[in-house]
Amino acid sequence: MAQIEVRGLRKSFRAPLRSSGPFGALRDLLHRRTRTVEALKGITFDIEAGQIVGCIGPNGAGKSTAIKIIAGIMNPDGGEATVLGRTPWADRIAHVRHIGVVFGQRTQLWWDLPVIDSFALLREIYGVARRDYDETLADVVERFHLAEVLDSPVRQLSLGLRMRCDLAAALLHRPSILFLDEPTIGLDAVSKLALREAIRDWSAERGLTVLLTTHDMDDIEDLCRRVLLIADGSLLLDGAIDDLRRMSSARRTLMIDLAAGVANAELEGAELVRREGDRLWLEYDPEQVATHELIARAASAFPIRDLTVADRPIEEVVAQVYRDAP
Amino acid sequence: MIRSVRRHARIYGRLAAASVRSQWQYRASFALYSASQLVATLAEFGAIWALYARFGSLPGWRLSEVAVLYGISNVAFALAEAGARGFDVFPGMVRTGDFDRLLLRPLPTAFQLAAHDVQIMRVGRLAQGAAILVWGCMGVGIQWDAARVALLAICVVGGACIFAGLFVLQATLAFWTIESLEVVNIVTYGGNQMAQYPLTIYRPWFRLFFTVAVPLAAINYVPLAALLSRPDLSGLPAPLNWLAPCVGAPFLAACLRIWKLGERRYASTGS
Repeated sequence: MAQIEVRGLRKSFRAPLRSSGPFGALRDLLHRRTRTVEALKGITFDIEAGQIVGCIGPNGAGKSTAIKIIAGIMNPDGGEATVLGRTPWADRIAHVRHIGVVFGQRTQLWWDLPVIDSFALLREIYGVARRDYDETLADVVERFHLAEVLDSPVRQLSLGLRMRCDLAAALLHRPSILFLDEPTIGLDAVSKLALREAIRDWSAERGLTVLLTTHDMDDIEDLCRRVLLIADGSLLLDGAIDDLRRMSSARRTLMIDLAAGVANAELEGAELVRREGDRLWLEYDPEQVATHELIARAASAFPIRDLTVADRPIEEVVAQVYRDAP
Repeated sequence: MIRSVRRHARIYGRLAAASVRSQWQYRASFALYSASQLVATLAEFGAIWALYARFGSLPGWRLSEVAVLYGISNVAFALAEAGARGFDVFPGMVRTGDFDRLLLRPLPTAFQLAAHDVQIMRVGRLAQGAAILVWGCMGVGIQWDAARVALLAICVVGGACIFAGLFVLQATLAFWTIESLEVVNIVTYGGNQMAQYPLTIYRPWFRLFFTVAVPLAAINYVPLAALLSRPDLSGLPAPLNWLAPCVGAPFLAACLRIWKLGERRYASTGS
């Protein structure tokens, strides 16, 4: 049985409509008008133990709603979800004991207390045995490089350090599943890499299952073999990153640096999409013309100093999928 | 069951200690607030004392008797207030989504809120209430025996339960509306003010409200009849005077049930 099983999850909200005008607030108080927003229109997927799965989608697409339901904060209107054999919203306290959650936007640590005090409080809250706690603590401190910050109040930490502490805090009770909501938001490049490495290593060595939401495609490319793309309340894609690329056109870009002074840069089988001085960008479809064939044609057509072949950047692909979504 | 109670008591202690350590980071504010609370509550009883000094007495009530009512209510209120801060800030937590974090921890949410930001600086009211209660008890001429001491303790605990229940109810409303609900302060802070005076000075509908709907009279005015051995005070059968303060615990339990309903609603609306 999969660790997380989600079947036809549905959820809609009634959002209040606000009246404008000087007496709008009063009118709303007397006569409340609402419209129904379907946040999830029946979503189904499984996640096996030890997988790292990325959940992407435009803002308001329903991915936070899905995570909230699976984490046990919210109950759905219809459908089923089983996490580690439990229904999250029916048995919240037993459920949350076995999961860890990190929100990129807010900390779960005690703002004015030293980091180590927060960790000790979480040990009490989760009822972790002393020996297990000591062992896990030593591991997170070494792996996430936290030795120097344990005695600092959380409010004095940089965002990157704070996120590593938050991640450590979410792992102290040895959850089987970790939910990360935009974990790298606002982090600098070095902190992002450190955080991703921490997540990847921990998952690999302890068999931790990770479900993360993000808008940073590097998070996905670095961490996730599998992507769930949610848009407009539906699961548009459940597959690998390459499947995501294939969803949009499979076109690639051939970038060529020419020797000076070539006027005509047309090439059969490719479309010139951009030119800056001696640098050309040619788009082509590898199904129509093989890459080596195209390169051979280019080499015989004009003098080339250098060339590279690139997939379309994943951001562009995702943006196009969002735009094409119904 | 006992193990679970002990575990929760220990966690409460740790969380409360953490709150105090956090507040200790801002020592000046801590000291000033404690002092101002003490002064404010002293001034409050000073006003009652001044009434007596000027007008002699409320009909049939000595100052020491009023001091007992005042003391019970204030000690109970201070105890409830110490654990109510979390409920005070709860509407804001719903708005910002911070309440989600409480739902992700393996503890009941009401428990977490009661342990959230426990305010030791509210000792001002507690100390002042206790002092006036002791002073009143010594002056009021009660034949103190074990039963009466126990009754007084139950009154204080029962009162704390009722005030705590009112704080819970006030916070529960935030599950339904994000509007500011200071109107409920009428029964919390207002209830404390009300309970500081003998019930006989109020109009019947008002007395009925604070006896049946919000049973604050049951934790000080009614049992005072038993404490003073003056059954005529409450006009109730003598055993009821003794049993009345026991309503505190069921009142709090009922409020927590309503809280659960609110929590279920939150889970289905997410706001």
